[in-house]
Amino acid sequence: MKSAVILFPGSNRERDAARALKAATGRESEIIWHGETALPDGTDIVVLPGGFSYGDYLRCGAIAARSPVMEAVRAHANRGGLVLGICNGFQILVESGLLPGALLRNSHLKFVCRMQHLKVERVGTPFTRDYRQGQVVEVAVAHGDGNYLADPETLARIEGEGLVAFRYCDASGNHLEGSPNGSMNAIAGVYSEKLNVLGMMPHPENLIDPLVGGTDGLGLFTSIAGGARAA
Amino acid sequence: MKARVTVTLKTSVLDPQGKAIEGSLRSLGFDGVESVRQGKVFDLEVAGEDKAKAEADIKAMCEKLLANTVIESYRVEIAG
Repeated sequence: MKSAVILFPGSNRERDAARALKAATGRESEIIWHGETALPDGTDIVVLPGGFSYGDYLRCGAIAARSPVMEAVRAHANRGGLVLGICNGFQILVESGLLPGALLRNSHLKFVCRMQHLKVERVGTPFTRDYRQGQVVEVAVAHGDGNYLADPETLARIEGEGLVAFRYCDASGNHLEGSPNGSMNAIAGVYSEKLNVLGMMPHPENLIDPLVGGTDGLGLFTSIAGGARAA
Repeated sequence: MKARVTVTLKTSVLDPQGKAIEGSLRSLGFDGVESVRQGKVFDLEVAGEDKAKAEADIKAMCEKLLANTVIESYRVEIAG
């Protein structure tokens, strides 16, 4: 299980992502500068971490999505390799066209930073083997632009094909209308058609240690590690 | 040659910033404001004299970077 975390100017959670990957896989993750044109040989999963790449200039994730390393990430995804984008990483994935839709300013115009329940909407993917269908997990959210939007046809396709990965909910698993950012259908994360690319606004990488708030995020990384072992 | 690109959210996309500005204008007493949509303006200087080529190039820039055509539309104006 070989993982790489991409570092853009303005990324700030790359070490958290690398730490979560190491906790789950037992192997150090390689941190790769955005100016590289290739991924390390044998990379199984690429993580695009949270942060404010390029200061969120133009649109969140827009400039990072056009950086040299993204061509290598695109080729990796097209080969069926795993790609996980968290927060700013999700914004980069929609800007690069690797995932459908767009992420707009939170509908209430405020940065939201808090713990948040999510419902696992689809299990059995490389990212969710270690979760149960409909399981409610608690992780952190910290973003100003997480309002997921897609045109009606795209939204119908995502829902119809079961490509919604996580939805925002309350502790009992009830979907919250628009919360915490106004996302359509309370969507917190989406998959690509082949389920090998996942983008999500919440931060599972920050919930892997009981010392800092809980371990509900660890399942995502152990799922990734387990899948790579099985492959 | 100078050119101006205007990028705005598509009319089907809610613009909460525009709504907030609209509310603020009303609170200042501008009762006639029916709606506000916020957008971005890019002023470009491009080499060469071929307007058609410049326009085609700038449209390609809009499609590739300046606008996210999932949510935004754009307009290109070449000066002179």
